[in-house]
Amino acid sequence: MAHRAVALNAGRVAALAATLLAVLVLGTLAAVALRAGGLGGLNADDWSAVRFTALQAAVSATLSVALAIPAARALNRRRFAGRGAMITILGAPFLLPVIVAVMGIQAIFGRAGVLNDLLAGLGLARWSIYGPQGVILAHVFFNLPLATRMLLHGWQAIPSERFRLAQSLGFSPADTQRHLEWPMLRARLPGAWLAIFLVCLTSFAVALTLGGGPRATTIELAIYQAFRFDFDLARAASLALVQVALCLVALALTAWVALPSGFGAGLDRGGHLPPAGAWLRRQDAAVIGLTLAFLLAPLLAVLLRGVPGLAALPAQVWHAAARSLLVALASTGLVLALVLPLVLAPPRRWIGLAATLPLIASPLVLGTGLYLVLRPLGLAPASLALPVTVLVNAALALPFAFRTLLPAARTLHADYDRLAVSLSLGGLARLRLLTLPRLARPLGFSAGLAAALSMGDLGVITLFTDHENATLPLVLYQLLGAYRMNDAAAAATLLMGLSFALFWALDRAGAHADP
Amino acid sequence: MKYTSMLAGLVLATPVWAADEPVLTVYAYDSFTSDWGPGPVVEAAFEATCGCDLQFVGAGDGAALLSRLLLEGASTPADVVLGLDGNLTAQAAASGLFAPHGLIATTASALPVPYDDALFVPFDWGWFAFVYDKTRLATPPDSFAALAASDLKVVIEDPRSSTPGLGLLMWVKAAYGDAAAGIWTDLADNIVTVTPGWSEAYGMFLAGEADMVLSYTTSPAYHLIAENDATKAAAPFTEGHYLQVEVAGKLAATDQPELADAFIAFIGSEAFQSVIPETNWMYPAKPLAAGLPEGFSTLIQPEKSLLLGADAAQAARDGALAEWRTALSR
Repeated sequence: MAHRAVALNAGRVAALAATLLAVLVLGTLAAVALRAGGLGGLNADDWSAVRFTALQAAVSATLSVALAIPAARALNRRRFAGRGAMITILGAPFLLPVIVAVMGIQAIFGRAGVLNDLLAGLGLARWSIYGPQGVILAHVFFNLPLATRMLLHGWQAIPSERFRLAQSLGFSPADTQRHLEWPMLRARLPGAWLAIFLVCLTSFAVALTLGGGPRATTIELAIYQAFRFDFDLARAASLALVQVALCLVALALTAWVALPSGFGAGLDRGGHLPPAGAWLRRQDAAVIGLTLAFLLAPLLAVLLRGVPGLAALPAQVWHAAARSLLVALASTGLVLALVLPLVLAPPRRWIGLAATLPLIASPLVLGTGLYLVLRPLGLAPASLALPVTVLVNAALALPFAFRTLLPAARTLHADYDRLAVSLSLGGLARLRLLTLPRLARPLGFSAGLAAALSMGDLGVITLFTDHENATLPLVLYQLLGAYRMNDAAAAATLLMGLSFALFWALDRAGAHADP
Repeated sequence: MKYTSMLAGLVLATPVWAADEPVLTVYAYDSFTSDWGPGPVVEAAFEATCGCDLQFVGAGDGAALLSRLLLEGASTPADVVLGLDGNLTAQAAASGLFAPHGLIATTASALPVPYDDALFVPFDWGWFAFVYDKTRLATPPDSFAALAASDLKVVIEDPRSSTPGLGLLMWVKAAYGDAAAGIWTDLADNIVTVTPGWSEAYGMFLAGEADMVLSYTTSPAYHLIAENDATKAAAPFTEGHYLQVEVAGKLAATDQPELADAFIAFIGSEAFQSVIPETNWMYPAKPLAAGLPEGFSTLIQPEKSLLLGADAAQAARDGALAEWRTALSR
């Protein structure tokens, strides 16, 4: 009976959290539509934006997960000095604010970038990043780390006893793939693909800057145009609805493809036996090396450009950095408080949907809707700036935490629920003794993601903010807008450093707490 | 209980203004209100005379300002809006949210063209231009036609999300009229990419991603004065240069009409105008007593200024955007 009470309780809290998220995304959309007096029709340009958006998101997501499979497999079966640090650093691109990442990508892959200098040095033709290829390259750069980490968690979740058994049975790599890795991938790949597909659906600045022109018009840009150029809120709301519809279709497709893996519980034995074979070792080293070079070169470019200016940064930048840190920590707390009940509650389809919706929430529609809802309360927008930032950043980061934790929570339930029930382990004791320790690794990763994403987020709050409580990304934009490119480069380095430090600290804390 | 006290804390955290000082709320674009823009100096100078608290609220760029106002309607807390440009004023006027400023021009204007509007007062202006680096480009093109014929690469801003981008659209339209679509088709292979805003485009140019960038004739003055770098220049175009006139207006529903009028009048004062050149990097709307800062004399002075009237710009907008989009989508 105790177990039943706990489950009911978690279910109720989860329903509450899911309702909050759904209201935040759909309610703000409704507020915009209400203000406009209905939904507006889409024109031919809008539909071509919808097609381009869905296509580039599908290609970006497919390429990201396809490249993540060899990377995660190589990282899982090899042990070498610095492996832990490397896995952490690999997460960095995903955490970068868009504008910083674009600077880094251009420094490597741009017309005047390192790659083209190399090609020219070798007497080869120069390569242009500007076009659909640039949009996809940037999206893979952003999302390959996320996919790699999600799949690596999958590999790590296969009990080592299964690999030992495979080895003692003399499995070839192909046998291991068929019996161990493929079932795991079948369970994890759809979730990773879905998350990346949805992230790419709301792409705006990346698609525009690297897309080479209006051919690369995304839905988010069409929404931007509807708001800023045509002041057609009805059309903006319709476009946001199209994003929701795309999300639903993608969610249904992936739910249909994904199957639970069913490895059963292991004894958490760490002993690791890398597969033999010099060829396989060389292949893994090449995969890891290439992934590392692709992901780290743009980061290094940003770092090198900004470090010299760090010492001379104006005081306002440091104040904004402190403000951003507080916002990030507060949103992280909120994410954890919301996501735990969501993943621990008995699975319900609508809860999964609500926890995914924020991924496709158009920042512009979300911000405007919140503004329309909160304005009649009579509070000064500036006084709401930080609370709203915390809330919105938490909502936008939650889907990643949800997708990271859900498979682990499902496995936990399948493997330990009966034991816990037979021991009458329930309530807080179960949370403290079983749930939190078993979920420590993905929890730390989720918290790190949430904190770093919240550091770098911008856009939603511009209607609420004023220059007295500007966050670091906003100050970075202000510096750029005031010609201060050197200060902006240093601020970008600072932002990258802080985001990454937050992520590193929380991710490591999770890994250390793993039994 | 806990939530009630949290809510109370939130409400109490709302700044409470000193009751004896009236507050004047001015909406302006972000780069105006930022610590590196004219905002802080203007605020201090006006507060020294008005016996009021001037509060700047930053809201993106000019287009974001207008869309925020339209969103808020007559209940907007803004008393004055500063930072719309000529391509937005027709829409702003049609909203009925603005009141006539009632100013009669008493001092000379520094604008290269006459500007007379019952609702809006110019506070600065500039010519759009393509900026290049003299060390990388010895002979810049002298017209759109020459640029299109060259294999030079330029980066421009998107007219749908950026006021300079919209300015370029109007520039080509004002210079070429019905032939504008053809010019865009010829320019398509010169355009590296289209950025969401000025900052991204200018940053890309400085990083060497393009030979030229759509900016202002005054941009080289920043590098010369603030960085002692004389390598940047604007290319004079024989078609003439399109003007960006930035204006301020008083909201009809303001609860501080006298203060708003005082601020609108203050815009023409030396105290306001003298801040513009070296913080906003634009030309002041009124001649300065001490003249322009040294360094501005090195800038190109286009002989021909182009500017569509507010209504003509509004009427041309959608068609020009469609032409641009079709030409660049090929």
